[in-house]
Amino acid sequence: MLVTRTLITAESVPRLAPHVTLKHDTVRDRWVVLGPERMLVPDEIAVEILQRCDGERSVAAVVGLLAKEFNAPEDDIAGDVRELLQALADKGFVRA
Amino acid sequence: MTNLHPKPRANTAPPIDLPVAMLAELTHRCPMRCAYCSNPVALERPECELSTAEWRGVLSQAAAMGVMQVHFSGGEPTARRDIVDLVRYAVEEGLYTNLITSGVLLDAAMVSDLARAGLEHVQLAFQDSEDEGANIVGGYHGALGKKRAAAGLVKDAGLALTANLVIHRHNAPRVGAMIDMALEMGCERAEVANVQYYGWGLMNRAALMPSRAQLAEMTATVRERQARYTGRMVIDYVIPDYHARRPKACMGGWARRFLNVTPTGKVLPCHAAETIPGLVFDTVRDRPLRDIWDTGQAFEAYRGDAWMPKDCRSCERKEFDWGGCRCQALAIAGDAAAMDPACDLSPHHAAMAAMAEDEADADARAFVYRAFGAHKDSTF
Repeated sequence: MLVTRTLITAESVPRLAPHVTLKHDTVRDRWVVLGPERMLVPDEIAVEILQRCDGERSVAAVVGLLAKEFNAPEDDIAGDVRELLQALADKGFVRA
Repeated sequence: MTNLHPKPRANTAPPIDLPVAMLAELTHRCPMRCAYCSNPVALERPECELSTAEWRGVLSQAAAMGVMQVHFSGGEPTARRDIVDLVRYAVEEGLYTNLITSGVLLDAAMVSDLARAGLEHVQLAFQDSEDEGANIVGGYHGALGKKRAAAGLVKDAGLALTANLVIHRHNAPRVGAMIDMALEMGCERAEVANVQYYGWGLMNRAALMPSRAQLAEMTATVRERQARYTGRMVIDYVIPDYHARRPKACMGGWARRFLNVTPTGKVLPCHAAETIPGLVFDTVRDRPLRDIWDTGQAFEAYRGDAWMPKDCRSCERKEFDWGGCRCQALAIAGDAAAMDPACDLSPHHAAMAAMAEDEADADARAFVYRAFGAHKDSTF
């Protein structure tokens, strides 16, 4: 049981929840998120975000990294990253 | 002469989706006798069960054809002496492993062995938040205490835990207490699952069906808990089809995402498919799993939309609910290819809803408990 809801902020350090894994589905050549009796097929952007959530980087650091690698302004992607991670946290796939 | 030379299937049909999940019913043995069990009424005998080697072969074939998750179930899967071995083997094959259990046979040693074998997740079924109700519907004295203890062992071992809260007329008033119990036990997830009326559940429907008023109250309670526990415990909610307006996406579509292997190796598109007459179920003892999935008669019967009634085939929700449930169409409309009567466009919809309300009002109090062999009623 989590005592409180995980709230994703720029300072949060997100990671996949215990017993949740990001796995490459070799038969279909796509990435999937596997959790208890559940499976998500994240889009390409979500995969890039989740691959950078290693339990050490903050959300701000993940945004910074993506901005650099994809040559996009941080302000443009910060909202999308937080929104995605909050939605995945509320579904039990991400902790911070 | 062209009719004698039909084009090969590959040129005319879309590619077949491969399954992402497999329900492995290791055995139909179970110490509990739940009146709503979704196993078939004719249970498969222990002496005919697949061997460890045969199950290993099934797991390898499943992983190779794109299955991502295996759900070890039953009966009671931990009644198999090779459960730890099979979990370990599935993990080695790259499968995400779930154990769907009553919990009453679990002890600390077994839970720790399962965790070391790589098990990710345990789904524990709960009959009630109170002993008396749990004892009556499960036909097993003292189950609740054992299940609470099992939940503690699962959490201590660091595994993910889901409580499957099975709801019917008699425990519906305690749905809130049951959800709270799941949160207190440390579950990351609770499934509030109204009884689905197949197998033993269908046989005992009159003694289980909730009323429409109970369902309304239950839904309000579940929504309140979903809001209150957001981000702490995920709560999935399955309502009874008999009170629904639209069908559920049964199995995510027939022969589209899911397959079920029975204790003796029969491969089914859903766990209740054997109720449908005329279907042929191949076994893993006779054919490779992939062949059965691709061209088995039972899988082809309701795959895609060619089998659908005209109104379903043109429905905008066709790829949302995939036509709903074939077993229910058979049970209520008498034809497995009919519109699912859970849909309010079905000519049988009103009669089904009325039947549910009549059964809830009559409040029958006799169960036929799950058992091998002859069935007999017990009143409570």
